Amino acid sequence: MIPTWVQLGYLVAAVCFILALKGLSSPRSARRGNLIGAAGALLAAVIVFFERGLDHLVPILIAIAAGAAAGVIGARRVQMTQMPQLVALFNGVGGGAAALVALLELHELAPLGDRAERFALAATAFTIFVGSVSFAGSLVTFAKLQELITTRPVIFSGLPIAFGGGLLVAVALAVLVVVNPVVPLGVLIGVLGLVVGALLVLPVGGADVPIVISLLNAFTGLTVAAGGYVLGNTLLLVGGTLVGASGTFLTKLMATAMGRSLLNTLFGALRGGSTLGAGQISDRPVRSAGPQDVAILLGYAQRVIIVPGYGLAVAQAQHGLRELVEVLEARGVAVDYAIHPVAGRMPGHMNVLLAEAQVPYEKLKEMDEINGEFKQADVVLVVGANDVVNPAARTTPGAPIYGMPILHADEAKQVVFMKRSMRPGFAGIDNELLFDPKTTLLFGDAKDSMSKLLNSVKSL
Amino acid sequence: MTESIVWLTIFVLSVFVGVEVISKVSSTLHTPLMSGANAIHGIILIGAILVAGTADSTVTLIVGLVAVVLATVNMVGGFVVTDRMLQMFAGRRRPSGPPPEGGA
Repeated sequence: MIPTWVQLGYLVAAVCFILALKGLSSPRSARRGNLIGAAGALLAAVIVFFERGLDHLVPILIAIAAGAAAGVIGARRVQMTQMPQLVALFNGVGGGAAALVALLELHELAPLGDRAERFALAATAFTIFVGSVSFAGSLVTFAKLQELITTRPVIFSGLPIAFGGGLLVAVALAVLVVVNPVVPLGVLIGVLGLVVGALLVLPVGGADVPIVISLLNAFTGLTVAAGGYVLGNTLLLVGGTLVGASGTFLTKLMATAMGRSLLNTLFGALRGGSTLGAGQISDRPVRSAGPQDVAILLGYAQRVIIVPGYGLAVAQAQHGLRELVEVLEARGVAVDYAIHPVAGRMPGHMNVLLAEAQVPYEKLKEMDEINGEFKQADVVLVVGANDVVNPAARTTPGAPIYGMPILHADEAKQVVFMKRSMRPGFAGIDNELLFDPKTTLLFGDAKDSMSKLLNSVKSL
Repeated sequence: MTESIVWLTIFVLSVFVGVEVISKVSSTLHTPLMSGANAIHGIILIGAILVAGTADSTVTLIVGLVAVVLATVNMVGGFVVTDRMLQMFAGRRRPSGPPPEGGA
């Protein structure tokens, strides 16, 4: 029997998790909320050793030390631009851990045969399967974001059949496990989960990947909850369910912010029709200019709106951008930043990146707030962004981003794009705005161009 | 049977709490919130420690220890990276736009 004080400790930890989520949803209390969550997790990780007599204490403590070191190093070292990948990776290993725990639990239950509780067996099969889906899905997501594999939807004929068939077989195997609990069946379910997880994420286009991370996060939460039921541990049940529920809700919020339905995100590419504009580099004429020309445009404007994108952060040009804005403001130019909800690679990612460069928070305008102001802007400076200002989202039904709310940069008097090349954005489609007569392109590495531009503006 | 009902009750109530506590989140905080929730499901570490600590053979012990390592990476890394993200919001106390001032 679990000692009462340990159970009470778990209750305290569960309350910490609720307070953590609550805190994380408001800017003022977010950091404190996260620390409260960490405190709850630490408490639980200590008192679990008093729950019952445990063997192998030394190897367990070594494993914890190794995992903690890896986690801290990964979290500290990662560039803020690569953070979405890291979150995907952390989510994946959590799902993998849940699947392994359930597999061992099946090993415990197997000798009971018919006497094992049916519902616990079903929950075990669920945890093994969904945990594996989350593990493989997250790794594929990681590979996409890290651009180890293509960010474009990967589709092959028969994929829907393989995916649907995989799900059906998994259900059949789960029923078999409930009737006849043996470990090899569990292993089979796990392997199947890995395949289904990869098939789930491969057809998702690059721009929709954040939604998938959030969904897989919710999946892992649910597996942890089911694992809690199997192990008879209330904390796992409560913690996992909290994440499963809030994660599902958050996924919905994100999908709404991108103007997508969840089903469309996951299966849109499979339905066909939304295949992309070939993606090869277009050879239509564009107007490009040097830093001096752009400096004149900006320096003599009255109102400038900056649209920062992921390319800015990749080039580490956000500090240069902040300096440029300060110089422009000293010249009397009114400057604002227009932040698309999914600028960067995740909702809110750009806010984090600009905060890192010490851009004052009040200069960051959210999309709804600033979209009406583009008409009055003399110049819109788009730095390393593409899809979020692509008018195809409004005008071209069938484009993969059609229906996504965009920043109305095309309504400004002049548009300047700072771009590395004519390569399409993360969604993999051409941007008509690049070919518009009022658009000027400044080619080059964003950091390099930014410092040249800065010097040119200073010497005006 | 009554015990199963207790578990079901806890589950259903947790679903409502989970949705309710984050229902007012501003889009600025979506990423840190996802990351923080991600860290919380690292609590599977408790389960991993329990199964590793009751392992009855070398194979099960190794599988259990792998689960402990993975779960710790999830939990510790998750909280640390979330804190790193949120650190950057600190010092600038004024939230963007007019987010709900009530809440926490």
